[in-house]
Amino acid sequence: MGSPKLQGRHLLGLDGISKEDIVMILDTAKSFREVLDRPIKKVPPLQGKTIVNLFFESSTRTRISFELAERRLSADVVNFAASGSSVSKGETLKDTARNIEAMKIDMVVIRHSSPGSAHFLSRVVDANVINAGDGEHEHPTQALLDMYTLREKYGTLEGLRVCIVGDITHSRVARSNIFGLRTMGAEVSVCGPATLIPHDIEALGAKVYHRIEDIIPRVDALNVLRIQLERQQSGLFPSLREYHRYFGVTIDRISKAPKPITILHPGPINRDVEISADVADSEHSVILEQVTNGVAIRMAVLYLLGSTN
Amino acid sequence: MNRMQVIDEDGIRRSVMRLAHEVVEKFRGAERIVLVGIRKRGDHLAARLARAIEEIEGKKIDVGFLDITLYRDDLRGRLDHPELKSTEILFNIDGKILILVDDVLYTGRTIRAALDALADIGRPSSIQLLVLIDRGHRELPIKADFVGKNLPTSSTQQIEVHLKEVDGEDAAYLIDLEGS
Repeated sequence: MGSPKLQGRHLLGLDGISKEDIVMILDTAKSFREVLDRPIKKVPPLQGKTIVNLFFESSTRTRISFELAERRLSADVVNFAASGSSVSKGETLKDTARNIEAMKIDMVVIRHSSPGSAHFLSRVVDANVINAGDGEHEHPTQALLDMYTLREKYGTLEGLRVCIVGDITHSRVARSNIFGLRTMGAEVSVCGPATLIPHDIEALGAKVYHRIEDIIPRVDALNVLRIQLERQQSGLFPSLREYHRYFGVTIDRISKAPKPITILHPGPINRDVEISADVADSEHSVILEQVTNGVAIRMAVLYLLGSTN
Repeated sequence: MNRMQVIDEDGIRRSVMRLAHEVVEKFRGAERIVLVGIRKRGDHLAARLARAIEEIEGKKIDVGFLDITLYRDDLRGRLDHPELKSTEILFNIDGKILILVDDVLYTGRTIRAALDALADIGRPSSIQLLVLIDRGHRELPIKADFVGKNLPTSSTQQIEVHLKEVDGEDAAYLIDLEGS
């Protein structure tokens, strides 16, 4: 019937994924977005499928978003958090996964602090694997929901100018966004203190800026990353106040742009550190739309992978 | 493969007109009537029917479109993915007389899926089924309330409805797969 199908059985990252696959996921998410506005927000396509959420690293919104997406597709859901589990008794990832798989599950959503953990898992289990963040490597569903939100707002990603602001070095969200946006034909740049930008980032096709005043007149959207407090302790920037002074996204700064700028943030936000409170609550911000769209994107990914077995 | 036209453009126009009259006659007007077409040809038929009913009754009719992909009973174990299209029912169906519209009624499985989908959207006071062509071979206890044309077929045959909005012409064809 010439029906669409994703290339692989897993979603491990956006590095190397085709434009057709991204478009298919975004289009499918649009259909699921409509389901979320219904009085009964549940549809049956994953009935009888069992999904395990393996979260080795703490997460609130990604885990809840995945769980809601799974339940809204009528899947059976099992949650696993590393604390209080056999992992604290020294079990390896491989053994944990194989044991869980022996209980006949169909899909695994994994969040882990080690880059490559999702790839590793996809090689040792038969289930479909979805990467919900692996260390500093990739977080594909976050980038997909960012792209979905931008595409809804601008109609296309082709030629859209997006700058990712903040700690690029330690950000899986930044990497997945750069891969995905570049594939979709957007112009991607990054901005942050030199200590937080990898020296080889230009190889991925992103232009580097070190002054936020320089980039604001040249973009349609800013994707503002969370500044992790522990980075200050390791000496990568002097203080949160200083970070805010030089890189904080404030109304003052974005009002200098020739046309309104859209502000994205993967959350959770540090008000008045990387983003000022008035920007987060302004009409520029699509932060809460991102959260709603996240459920639709995850439903789309689960649906598209869920019947490939 | 043998292909024969069974309804022409005028035939489809007359059927839509007659079905519109039958609907308003049965419910004595268009009060509380809403139309929901199943993608991807029932939606265009529903839009045409709505225009016809509006002409007869001089009253605006709500039309919605339903995608039943997520409710199909053959989704499990499929290798390829039926493409998701969007459901657009931008009005409240609770308490309404909902006319469900499709081009061809065959096994009844599409209608079964549509009924499940509608149950997730609201609770109409009644759901009526309207089809352009009923070709028989039901696999479920489902029956149409309004039929454009009854076309007895064998299971080796296919019915193809073409509509201007999708296919550039209005016609229905009977196709013999074991063509002699």
